[in-house]
Amino acid sequence: MSAALEFRNVSVAVATGRLLLNDVSLALEEGTVTAILGRSGSGKTTLLRTANRMIDPTGGGVLVAGANIQELALVDLRRKMGYVIQETGLFPHFNVERNVGIVLEAESQPRPQRIQRSDELLQMVGLDAAAFSDRYPHQLSGGQRQRVGLARALAAEPKILLMDEPFGALDPVTRAEMQDMLRDLLKRLRTTVLLVTHDLDEALYLADRIVLLGEGRVIANLARDKFLQSDLPEIVAYARAFRRGQSAALANPIATDGHR
Amino acid sequence: MSSFLSQYGGEIATLTLEHLWLTGAAMLFATLIAVPTGIWLTRSPRWAKPVIGVANVLQTIPSLAMFGFLLPLPWLGERAARIAIVALTAYALLPILRNTYAGIRGIDPTLNEVARAIGLTDAQRLFKIELPLAASFIFAGLRTATVTCIGIATIAAAVGAGGLGELIFRGVASIDNRLVMAGAIPAALLALAADAALGLLERRFKIPNADGSVR
Repeated sequence: MSAALEFRNVSVAVATGRLLLNDVSLALEEGTVTAILGRSGSGKTTLLRTANRMIDPTGGGVLVAGANIQELALVDLRRKMGYVIQETGLFPHFNVERNVGIVLEAESQPRPQRIQRSDELLQMVGLDAAAFSDRYPHQLSGGQRQRVGLARALAAEPKILLMDEPFGALDPVTRAEMQDMLRDLLKRLRTTVLLVTHDLDEALYLADRIVLLGEGRVIANLARDKFLQSDLPEIVAYARAFRRGQSAALANPIATDGHR
Repeated sequence: MSSFLSQYGGEIATLTLEHLWLTGAAMLFATLIAVPTGIWLTRSPRWAKPVIGVANVLQTIPSLAMFGFLLPLPWLGERAARIAIVALTAYALLPILRNTYAGIRGIDPTLNEVARAIGLTDAQRLFKIELPLAASFIFAGLRTATVTCIGIATIAAAVGAGGLGELIFRGVASIDNRLVMAGAIPAALLALAADAALGLLERRFKIPNADGSVR
């Protein structure tokens, strides 16, 4: 059986010849969440953007359910892939309902159907449709905007969901709430997810597989439970960078603890 | 005063309508030319400088000279109203063109990016996203252009195109300030009314960004 989404020897070179992606091969099984982890500039976002042809690879190819995406109709391909980004990109002149239903609107679905679907989706992402449908993006909090962004991405029932640092701009508590919501949602929907993040904790919490990118190459591609056990220096360094605060606090307890 | 009005009231009304017709026709043509051109420039930005430059040069031609230039042209010269409308259209191009271009170019690139990524076609992106988001800018351009044109249209009377300038020119020639006023005041009121009405539209289409800021 072919993978839901597969990158086959994908390379992306810029005009100067520098490689943003260097021979990346990766297969996402249907219904799994794959986190792409890596430092800034490691090629994470570039990789994600080759999946919906926002960038075309200069070498190799991307396949969706076995079909080369270069041979699929571009607009169809994109409508069938959910797309969520950090800045949400909600359209400021549309209310929540119209933002959520925009892909259906683009497909000329009748309005009553769009409203019904929007209500359903808002419920799914934990927003009360009656209270939120008529609001505009500037009347929402960051977390609410991100929920609407997710609802929009799911509107056309995509088999594949592309998420680029979806919660990167949120405070840790809101981020945790969003991660819980997303985890529950994905369990029900069985959507195949490509999640770009630099947050190790998020990757461990949400993903089935974790892929570490570095300078445009795949450094590691491991199941979630194997990731922290790896003694690969890049993984060890990444994990250490993440736990610094915790280790520091444990290593140097402050003498005067108010509770004792 | 009342005898003046009873003598000239009918003429003032007719000339005001004529003035409106000249400006309105010019604005219609200018919009039909400048908005699509502005959209095209956002797709081919390397043309933006030269094209906006040409519109800029048109605007610097003194209006009396512009009417004079057009006078000897074959089809145009036959009717003064044609000259007036063409000249006014030329003056209206720049503000509309510049604001259409700047309004669309100034849209948060993330929104365009998302619009493409979720599978909107180019036409859908233009009509559902770009034009609505640039609308307030485009109306601002229309507003500037309309107010300018209402003023310049008074000069069209010099080539016999009619409009409120006719009263002004006649008043100047016969040293009758009441006639000058009879042309100037309605023209000023027209300009103020157009400014207010288009200003209303401009504000109506102002859209706060997702973070509440307004560009």
